[in-house]
Amino acid sequence: MQAILTAVIPVVIIGILCAAMLVVASKLMAVKEDERFPKVRECLPGANCGACGYAGCDGYAKALVDDSSVPANLCVPGGEGVARELSDALGVEFAEVEAKAAVVHCLGDCDATEDAVDYKGMESCAAAKMIFGGKGKCGYGCIGLGDCAEACPQDAIYISKGIAMVYPPECIGCGICVRTCPNSLISLHKTTSTTVVSCSNRDKGAATRKACSNGCIGCKKCEKACQFDAIKVKNNLAEIDYEKCTSCGECVKVCTTGCIKIYKLSE
Amino acid sequence: MTKLIIILLSAVFINNYVLSRFLGICPFLGVSKKLDSATGMSLAVIFVMLISTAVTYPIHMYLLIPNHLEYLQTIVFILVIAALVQLVEIVLKKYIPSLHKSLGVYLPLITTNCAVLGVTILNIDEGYTFLEAMVNSLGSGLGFFLAMVMFSGVRSKLDGADIPKSFKGLPITLIAASITSLSFMGFGGVIENMFGK
Repeated sequence: MQAILTAVIPVVIIGILCAAMLVVASKLMAVKEDERFPKVRECLPGANCGACGYAGCDGYAKALVDDSSVPANLCVPGGEGVARELSDALGVEFAEVEAKAAVVHCLGDCDATEDAVDYKGMESCAAAKMIFGGKGKCGYGCIGLGDCAEACPQDAIYISKGIAMVYPPECIGCGICVRTCPNSLISLHKTTSTTVVSCSNRDKGAATRKACSNGCIGCKKCEKACQFDAIKVKNNLAEIDYEKCTSCGECVKVCTTGCIKIYKLSE
Repeated sequence: MTKLIIILLSAVFINNYVLSRFLGICPFLGVSKKLDSATGMSLAVIFVMLISTAVTYPIHMYLLIPNHLEYLQTIVFILVIAALVQLVEIVLKKYIPSLHKSLGVYLPLITTNCAVLGVTILNIDEGYTFLEAMVNSLGSGLGFFLAMVMFSGVRSKLDGADIPKSFKGLPITLIAASITSLSFMGFGGVIENMFGK
């Protein structure tokens, strides 16, 4: 009996001490959780796609609750309905959701460029990218093995003539393909009229020309044609500042290789 | 001083907790999929190993031994470590939210991690002094960190590899783990020869 007591009593005492310590600590150092969080989280679709730029729906809900400057219209897949519910739950003013769709910045289809090697490996862009940066002549362009098409939850991406194409009506703008593409060729654009440089090659003009007839050669004609100072050639590649661009189409007219295009993604 | 260095190096390489002693396999297989979560987990383990040694060592020396209660070691250590990790989590949440955020998910996970318990018990069994025990905990944590980071690299390679269907997932992970562990066997005897023991 004595032996059991000497064993049990210290353990019980230690247990009670620990419990008391934890209770005091949790009372003293309680961090208040915002009670709006579950309500806000409820509004979100729960697809955890990351289109809002946060780590999943929980992350976005937390950001919304913690920081009132986070806009309530970032959930693109949820669209207007979710934005309205969110602004009700948070008590902020409702703002339109800007619908977005993915665009592939590459026009290097099989008419414009060709494979540099006969690739016989796994059917995956990420795998092909690991071997000498892909199978095509252009190391920047679409590898065309369809990692994005596989990742797309809406089946809105298909491979046509060796490059990925987006079928805009199906695209919900979640941005999963943007993160999947090993060459970072895909970006999200607003679905109203948008001007897009459909090339990602940063080599010098002559090298680009050799690799692909549709590539941007960095001739700067578009830069001169633009009245709004919106298009600039950086690292031999035209880049558009969408804050300034009005989609007037002047750059499209002067582009020597036809790699600048205006997309109306809503149609 | 030489002894401390020997303890540190052998805890990291020769008696690596995951790859040689096979403790803490659960997080090793569970959290090593991505490098950043592997790093977060390992940092949390180092942290918890250090503080739990700092607390359990005196408890054993000044509470259990004088009362001839050494056989209660395991249960008391588990109790104390669990309570301690909870306390640390509360404190971090209040005062260092950024650290809490990065360790957050992993702290409760390792409350009763066998690697943590293993370090505290082995410190006693080896008859270390307090300083040596702390150095051993640090080394063990670093060894865990090394194993996690190495293995997350191995796993990222596995993701891109063309694996036969029957080996996909956990089987190939276990095989890869065993080969990684085998490579650590190569360290056996290195430290003794290095310091001419």
